[in-house]
Amino acid sequence: MYPEDQLIPISALQHWLYCPRQCALIHVERVWVENRFTAEGRVMHARAHDGPDESRQGVRITRGLPVRSLRLGLSGECDVVEFHAGGRILPVEYKRGKPKAHRADEVQLCAQALCLEEMRGATISGGCLYYGERRRRTEIAFDEELRELAATTAAAVHGCFADGITPSAEYEARRCDACSLLDLCQPRSLRFRRGAAAWFNQRLRTSLSEEP
Amino acid sequence: MKRHLNTLFVTLEGSYLRKDGAAVEIRHEGETKLRVPLHNLEGIACFGWDIGASAALLAACAEAGVALSFHTPHGKFLAATRGFTSGNIHLRREQYRRADDEPSSVAIAANMLAAKLANSRQVIMRAARDHGGKSPERAAALGQAADLIAVRIGLLGRATTLDSLRGIEGDAASIYFAAFPHLLVNHDPAVGISGRSRRPPLDPVNALLSFLYTLLMHDCRGALESCGLDPQCGFLHRDRPGRPSLALDLMEEFRAFLADRVALTLINRQQITSSDFHTGESGAVLLKEDSRKQVLVAWQERKQDEISHPFLDERVTVGMLPHLQARLLARHLRGDLDAYPAFLAK
Ligand code: SF4
Repeated sequence: MYPEDQLIPISALQHWLYCPRQCALIHVERVWVENRFTAEGRVMHARAHDGPDESRQGVRITRGLPVRSLRLGLSGECDVVEFHAGGRILPVEYKRGKPKAHRADEVQLCAQALCLEEMRGATISGGCLYYGERRRRTEIAFDEELRELAATTAAAVHGCFADGITPSAEYEARRCDACSLLDLCQPRSLRFRRGAAAWFNQRLRTSLSEEP
Repeated sequence: MKRHLNTLFVTLEGSYLRKDGAAVEIRHEGETKLRVPLHNLEGIACFGWDIGASAALLAACAEAGVALSFHTPHGKFLAATRGFTSGNIHLRREQYRRADDEPSSVAIAANMLAAKLANSRQVIMRAARDHGGKSPERAAALGQAADLIAVRIGLLGRATTLDSLRGIEGDAASIYFAAFPHLLVNHDPAVGISGRSRRPPLDPVNALLSFLYTLLMHDCRGALESCGLDPQCGFLHRDRPGRPSLALDLMEEFRAFLADRVALTLINRQQITSSDFHTGESGAVLLKEDSRKQVLVAWQERKQDEISHPFLDERVTVGMLPHLQARLLARHLRGDLDAYPAFLAK
């Protein structure tokens, strides 16, 4: 059980799965640069969060519901949670763009559900991701594998927060070019990471070998 | 990363800076003199005793990460404003730990000083190439100074204490400043230098250098602040209340490449002559009010020059160098880099 003051934001899981270094830069070093993608994402979230609660056809829709799990040490907000008449609880998360190869979005949604389960003593079997580009819902089942992935990711992020060490990362075009922290992170220059001492000495020797 | 954005220098006494939407507006005697969007700025440096700023602007600068600083009319740093301390506490703790550990401090300081000496040697060799041909005497003096400095760079690599580093550096600095008169060509003969004097500067060249070093210090300090390092906790310069020791450390590698070269250009093109200085009763020499503006312009122009960053291998503006080096230093402290790759000019 984590004490309340050690809860980490659910969004950190998604950042971690995208790139552990990105997660540490945002949450441990607290650098943050907004780019077009994150700005669009924020606007979309504001829309999803801001609307009033509504009820229709036996479904109560709640927006911006704060949740937490002391077991996993997480806290955050659900975009939308539908409470169906039969007792079914369905979290829905709005995403810009389209479904991605990595499981970050699924893990985020599942982590929200795990929080809700803990707070309400309920069981939530699945949720929905709504992708802006496709304009339709993708159903996600919270199976054992996904629950496990959410839990191990939460543990990994807690470990990183505790040591305060930013993992290093190699440049990977597909991932880094879309990353809002690219300019700050400068992953390309990390190729020198082990060799800064050697580089400096070599460069100094070259500089000294120049005759007046 | 921040783009290389300009620093806005305000030198007009009686100016009042206020927030106007997302811009800073400079008012003087009831008139708007200038309006600049804050996101186009990395710093605002005010030079004068009678320059004010509104609380709304201070807040907006803190929010936007714009370093707002106040200096005397002669460029001496007085105060800077900022919001709540942000940045990474882990990074700062590591900085303090390394500063408390002499071998770690020596490793970082040795690279900074090696770069400082190598860069001043480059300035000397450049002058030898450009002007040595005209005077064998000058060429010989410059060549000898370059060789002597090269020896000192070799010694730095073997030093194991901060005191020995400081000794070698002091020695190299006197060699460099002794050769400095040979770097002056076609200049107003009344603009000269004899050794380095700082408190106060005793000749025009020292007055000019001191002013430029203040500008450089401001940039280095802002760069360190902006990447979450504590500018007061240095590796080479030890703690002294009020002294921005790490900013002074970081300055070392840029003194010759940035400040000295601007000074030499201004003097050798006679853009600065003896009429730009006045000598006080004590013998202290100061740059005149109007001449400071000219130096600021030259400084800003120099910062627009593009070079290829030696370590990152990317095109950057000269003005961005302190920021990039501060970031590389943070990287080294975080363990991403096995050494601090100080800036070595070509
Ligand atoms: S630029 Fe690449 S390595 Fe750096 S944080 Fe982003 S994804 Fe990770």
